[in-house]
Amino acid sequence: MEKLQTLFKQKKDLLSVYFTAGFPNIDSTLPVLKALEEGGADFVEIGMPYSDPLADGPVIQNSSTVALKNGMSLKVLFEQLKELKKSVKIPMILMGYFNPVLKFGVEAFIEECKEVGISGLIIPDLPYETYIEEYEKLFTENGISNIFLITPQTPDDRIKKLNKASTSFIYMVSSAAVTGARNGGLSPKQVDYFERVNSMELKTPCMVGFGISNHQNYKEVCNYAHGAIVGSAFIKHLENIGDDHNEIVGFIKKLKNGQ
Amino acid sequence: MSESFQPDEKGFYGPYGGAYIPEMLIPNIENLRENYIRIMNSESFRKNFKTLLEDYAGRPSPLYYATRLSEQYGCNIWLKREDLNHTGSHKVNNTIGQILLAHEMGKKRIIAETGAGQHGVATATVCALMGLECIVYMGETDIERQAPNVARMKMLGAEVRSAVSGSRTLKDATNEALRDWIANPLDTFYLIGSVVGPHPYPDLVAKMQSVISGEIQWQLRNKTDKSDPDYVVACVGGGSNAAGSFYHFMDNPDVKLIGAEAAGEGLSSGKTAASIALGETGVIHGSMTNLMQTNDGQITEPYSISAGLDYPGIGPLHAWLNHTGRAKYLSVTDQEALDAALLLTRKEGIIPALESAHALAALNQLDLKSGENVVVTISGRGDKDMKTYMDRLQLV
Ligand SMILES: Cc1ncc(COP(=O)(O)O)c(C=O)c1O
Repeated sequence: MEKLQTLFKQKKDLLSVYFTAGFPNIDSTLPVLKALEEGGADFVEIGMPYSDPLADGPVIQNSSTVALKNGMSLKVLFEQLKELKKSVKIPMILMGYFNPVLKFGVEAFIEECKEVGISGLIIPDLPYETYIEEYEKLFTENGISNIFLITPQTPDDRIKKLNKASTSFIYMVSSAAVTGARNGGLSPKQVDYFERVNSMELKTPCMVGFGISNHQNYKEVCNYAHGAIVGSAFIKHLENIGDDHNEIVGFIKKLKNGQ
Repeated sequence: MSESFQPDEKGFYGPYGGAYIPEMLIPNIENLRENYIRIMNSESFRKNFKTLLEDYAGRPSPLYYATRLSEQYGCNIWLKREDLNHTGSHKVNNTIGQILLAHEMGKKRIIAETGAGQHGVATATVCALMGLECIVYMGETDIERQAPNVARMKMLGAEVRSAVSGSRTLKDATNEALRDWIANPLDTFYLIGSVVGPHPYPDLVAKMQSVISGEIQWQLRNKTDKSDPDYVVACVGGGSNAAGSFYHFMDNPDVKLIGAEAAGEGLSSGKTAASIALGETGVIHGSMTNLMQTNDGQITEPYSISAGLDYPGIGPLHAWLNHTGRAKYLSVTDQEALDAALLLTRKEGIIPALESAHALAALNQLDLKSGENVVVTISGRGDKDMKTYMDRLQLV
């Protein structure tokens, strides 16, 4: 949590990259993380693969299916993260669905997260109300930040509630959609939405995600938010090129610097 | 009786239910939750619902005394004939109710998931009736094994979209429908087909289907002087026909409630859909309930010969009825269901849906006594399953 907070205080125009643990290979986690760090990702979101990822489009769905076939599980992931704890410096967030966490035991899960140096969690199907009632204390006591999503349909008063309960950043979903790379720039509707959120002067910085696929998208949303999150576009790259170190470094540099 | 079988205001039945949904769906679900009770209690909804159920769907469905089947089992067997409804199953009770709700809420685009295709057909039917756009998600496997229903949906003007993830059955179709709703939050109404999903769906669908047990009560009273039977038996996929059959009897512990779930090729075969027998508590499609999962919390791909029961979870009301012991859930294999379907056909001249055949097969596991009144819900008719019957019963 603190690592993330410091990052947001010190830097603007952050680039965060999502990848699914265990994709394309079971032991891709470390090489992918190292390459993302070297390429200039400011922090990473590690996807915990799930059989039924409701909020994800075909690209991330497919990467999850492959990762599960490769034998990825929370147990395996935590073992991998334990080993690479010292070699990765940028903050790491885990993203995944509630059922595997529930099965693992929420308390045991949070303790493992703390142990391996995870800064925050994005669990889309753990709603705000349940988090506050049952888990807020557990998360904050262990220094794990819970990251809430907002969408163009989220009313102002709800955004205010989520803002208040946030301890690192808010995940601003770019449009009403599941994850997936999209072409083209921002629509006037999206700009309205970003400006509406900006005008609320939240204490919590926002990162824009869903549909961000290239340098131009990234720069464009940085005008309205603290940074951008790239997921499906990177998974597509892994699908095509594999987890080759130099290719990933090149991809991230291009995303960040435009060349 | 101490337990309540109605959900609390957050949609929990004991520990089960709730709304475990991504933020993207919260506004849609809130909107529905804030409106469904008010609309369902309104004079105009009640009038329209009643009229359509009677004049369009053909309700009340008969409660038929099955003489030859009763002789076979040595008790009084009453069949609640949901198979005689327009479109051929109980699903139409719910789709009529929800389409009125959608209309009242000003929604123009209807999406649905379907397994056997019965809910898809019932949805396409009411969309045609109301002149609304209809998109039905259906697993690729089910599109193949329930071809007649796919054709019916298309003739009714619906677009059938194939779900190609997972085992390509009902679970995957439901995922796709939820993703569609995420992408179309404003104009779209998700017309869910069973007592599953996030609150308020389980309660909403149970209320729509409760017409079944309401009728059983007065029909039985007219025929036997007793309004409450000794047993009510129904098959359980997500659990809507069972919820509707149990509804008015849940608070009377003298009525034994029996759900029949699909064991597929057997509980230990690895090819099964017995979510109560093999499931553990977890979250599926936005609801805390019993579901089949691996040790890592991944949802298990289910299997059943019957597409309508081929689902790894169960509605949260049933998880609670099972938890409290109020209802009992029995597992029925593919073969037992096939045998029961043939028995009903030859004894009574009624070809049941494969789903309903599971309820009939459960009779073999009950200790039925002479004079007892046993109501079995025939949730649908077997037309859609003729290919499977011909193949598996070697009738050619
Ligand atoms: C005839 C019939 N019965 C039963 C079911 C199972 O659904 P539920 O358990 O919601 O009644 C279906 C579902 O498709 C069906 O078509």
